[in-house]
Amino acid sequence: MVQRVALTGNEAVALAMKQMNPDVVAAYPITPQTDIVQFFSQYVANGEVDTEFITVESEHSAMSATVGAVAAGARSMTATSSQGLALMWEILYIASSYRLPIVMPLVNRALSGPINIHCDHSDSMGARDSGWIQLYSENVQEAYDNMVQAVRISEHPDVRLPVMVCQDGFITSHGLENLEVLGDDVVREFIGEFVPENPLLNVKKPVTIGALALPDSYMEFKVQQAQAMSKAAQVVEEISEEFARVSGRKYGLFETYQLQDADIAVMLLNSSAGTARMVVDELRAKGVKAGLLKPRMFRPFPARQLTQALSGLKAVAVMDRAEGFANTGGPLFNDTKAALYDAGVQVKVVNYVYGLGGRDLVPQHVHEVFSDLARIAEGEDPSSLVKYLGVQGGVV
Amino acid sequence: MKETPSNKEFPRGGYILNPGNAAEYQTGEWRSMRPVWDKEKCINCMFCWLFCPDLAIIVEEGKVKGINYDYCKGCGICSHECPDRVKAIHMIKEGEQEDRG
Repeated sequence: MVQRVALTGNEAVALAMKQMNPDVVAAYPITPQTDIVQFFSQYVANGEVDTEFITVESEHSAMSATVGAVAAGARSMTATSSQGLALMWEILYIASSYRLPIVMPLVNRALSGPINIHCDHSDSMGARDSGWIQLYSENVQEAYDNMVQAVRISEHPDVRLPVMVCQDGFITSHGLENLEVLGDDVVREFIGEFVPENPLLNVKKPVTIGALALPDSYMEFKVQQAQAMSKAAQVVEEISEEFARVSGRKYGLFETYQLQDADIAVMLLNSSAGTARMVVDELRAKGVKAGLLKPRMFRPFPARQLTQALSGLKAVAVMDRAEGFANTGGPLFNDTKAALYDAGVQVKVVNYVYGLGGRDLVPQHVHEVFSDLARIAEGEDPSSLVKYLGVQGGVV
Repeated sequence: MKETPSNKEFPRGGYILNPGNAAEYQTGEWRSMRPVWDKEKCINCMFCWLFCPDLAIIVEEGKVKGINYDYCKGCGICSHECPDRVKAIHMIKEGEQEDRG
């Protein structure tokens, strides 16, 4: 039964977790993820879930307990933001290398310092090489839908990797939006029972997890991980098809808007896509062939499909809500540019870093980007490949 | 990408699926120093057996019979613990020609 309700991103994610009724949740509250832990612990206190809720003393312990619980054979989840993710760091790699299916909502927040509680993507972008699948969500609906699908992707026999479901801190996590939620029975049927692979609690078949792998075998395990990542893209699409049948909502590896015949386009993650879509509409009304591409899956990076989608453009602006300090632009820009180069696609690509620490991206900023693009498409050399939007004192 | 290295040879996630298989891993090849046991001097006090971290002292019916070089890493603890007045185990460089005892 489909129900239309108004929820914040955090409420929607907590609801998805309640419907999935995981065996174990180990989590530590951190702004702006706090509500997820708060709502979920309320479900536990009210007896609305069967979950063993472990209150831990830090995020390092939250991820460690989650790793232990999944290894034992329990479907397990946690949630975090920013510094919390940073504190989980070493265990993120443990989770993915042990091939443990874990679903973790990540409410994107800027990393310190200066200390800041608002949205940017520096937390998840920092974890982009940790071997986690990363899904991004523009709004509350997508955050909810990604959560339900993430469990299936993570536990798929060809994948067996942890998944991070990202949504923008405060903008989505605390913004009240209308969404359609699935019935508890639909969700439970969709995700099915968790089938652990060689669980530690199976005393009839004892196994060791976490053994040493020296130069004679370490590399094979890493290659296996990379190959599981390469299979994940296909699985994300398969699960998406299946999800569409129960929900009526279809997701791909990325969403395109007015891109088919576009000359110029912007590419960006999460909530800012809403602002960009509105600007595309305004430009289209004036006859400008503007378009939008919003990646849903950033890890693994859908290079082949992306370059195909971008190949008809004259110029594209990749917009990063994270600064990588390489002086060569943000992470989304670098991956996109590399993919285009490999595919031999001749599209001019420029980078805009925006929205750090919760700085608003307003329609005027996106208009500025599109007018730069229009000139670049006509042959003007961009003054700089990497620019910063909305900085006091003007564009740097 | 080509197919995954076989799950049989490299179980996914580095799991060890056959318990107790540490015995198959002969750590003796790590050794750079080799203990040499002198049967004539040995008083069978069992200090070497007690202290050896790798269970590499071969004992049969309460008597030392030799050193298991498949697992001995050459740490030298046995030689160190062998009582000063006995000195039945001394260390030599691995590869040096001497009776293995």
